[in-house]
Amino acid sequence: MTIHKGRGFACINYPIGMNLGGDPSQALVHSTPDGKFMVSLSAIDLGQGMKSVTRQIAAETLGVPLADVYVDTADSDSGPHDMGSFASRGTHRVGNAVIQAAKEARNVMLEAAAEELEVSVNDLETDGKGNIQVKGAPSRSITVSDTAIAAQFSQGRTISGRGIFLIPTSDVDPDTGEMTPVSCFAHAAVVLDLQVDDETGEVEVLEINSAYEVGRALNPKMVEQQLIGGAWMGVSHALYETTEPYYPDRSHGPVDFNQYLMPGPGEVFNHNVAVLERPAEGAPYGGKGPGEMCANPLLPAVANAVYNAVGVRCDALPITPEKILRGIMANGGAKPQGVR
Amino acid sequence: MSKTPIQFTLNGKPTSVFVNGGANLLEVLRRDVGDMTLKYGCGQGTCGTCTVLIDGEPHLGCLTLAETVEGRQIETVNGMADGPELHPLQKLFMENFAAQCGFCTPGMLMAASSLLNRNPNPSREEVVEAISGNICRCTGYEPIIDAILQAASSLRGRAF
Repeated sequence: MTIHKGRGFACINYPIGMNLGGDPSQALVHSTPDGKFMVSLSAIDLGQGMKSVTRQIAAETLGVPLADVYVDTADSDSGPHDMGSFASRGTHRVGNAVIQAAKEARNVMLEAAAEELEVSVNDLETDGKGNIQVKGAPSRSITVSDTAIAAQFSQGRTISGRGIFLIPTSDVDPDTGEMTPVSCFAHAAVVLDLQVDDETGEVEVLEINSAYEVGRALNPKMVEQQLIGGAWMGVSHALYETTEPYYPDRSHGPVDFNQYLMPGPGEVFNHNVAVLERPAEGAPYGGKGPGEMCANPLLPAVANAVYNAVGVRCDALPITPEKILRGIMANGGAKPQGVR
Repeated sequence: MSKTPIQFTLNGKPTSVFVNGGANLLEVLRRDVGDMTLKYGCGQGTCGTCTVLIDGEPHLGCLTLAETVEGRQIETVNGMADGPELHPLQKLFMENFAAQCGFCTPGMLMAASSLLNRNPNPSREEVVEAISGNICRCTGYEPIIDAILQAASSLRGRAF
């Protein structure tokens, strides 16, 4: 038995959103009578951080403290319409809708404050700490809370805003098949090191080094964690997971977590992530979001590394010990592709 | 169906409830007692997200007959925080971003809490072993392992 080390490389340009049908997302923002803000969405937080990021975006645009903003994504019956959490679209699509809604609400808030302070609305600014003040004369100020109380109980205004993100529908050109399905791309490159046992066909991932360009990382720690967790899932898809191990034959398909293979806490590997921040045009505060591509490039990187290690080119996933051993037998032995 | 009265201690409080014959502890705690911290993942003992401590030992709520906990001490995540003060495990899970969707977190916290109760200075391998019955789909496990090791260190009163 010999252990062969291999290194694989893969890179990805990943589309943000899905323009067929205009890809709309809506957001509604309103203040409560005590000057807190509620952002209503139907975009769902699956753990990717939608609630945290939209909360940051709304607070930044409104000019109020983060602690004063709440995000409600609970119910698609009572919330405004959204296409959904898929296509790596959340930060970009929903974020843009939240900015539009928060801008409208901010304008009403400043108009209400102007009426209370008896100044022109154009002379007002927010300090981000819960106050609205006259530019250059911060002593002339009113709290957001008092502004909301005045709007609600004496002026009769609703401090609220509506936002929608929509881009022109891209139809497929019947002659060329050309279309513009997306509005921006995120990018990544991955180098993956692993080792293959040529007697058992077993693969162990040793280390991953990756670089991701996701626009501005609106919440850097969450971006990093999504990339690390997503890469784990990518490796899991590459080496373990399938519902039809002998596809198209449906036999031996797993029916529960006992039979469905996934790496556990004992199979973690070192992953060094570099996040390159290049704020994207038209994206909310420059953020495109990592989305699905945190998992995708790992699959070809694993396949390339297995080829580099033992010379077996697997063209079906997952890359199981059985497939590797059959490949080694067909080649008449392990054929390492170059010494590192 | 006839119901059986049972009494046990839940997070230090005496609790009495009538249970259906054959009901499992997961159902009883969620539906009849109203402790929603433990989650229903698979219902067959393979995902670990319904883990609770019975007399300090980790057990799977979905595989435990409710009637067998008569007179015993049950702990869930609800009992971890001391008023507004989070338990070091909860705090370090938060600081390490050891949860994304959060569905596995209650089970992970219970498995970790049981480990630290019997072994205040676990090795990385022992932490891995302790959570090996709990499935996490989001994090890749590493932040969870780090959080548990840091919590162990914090509970021993050492700086880390």
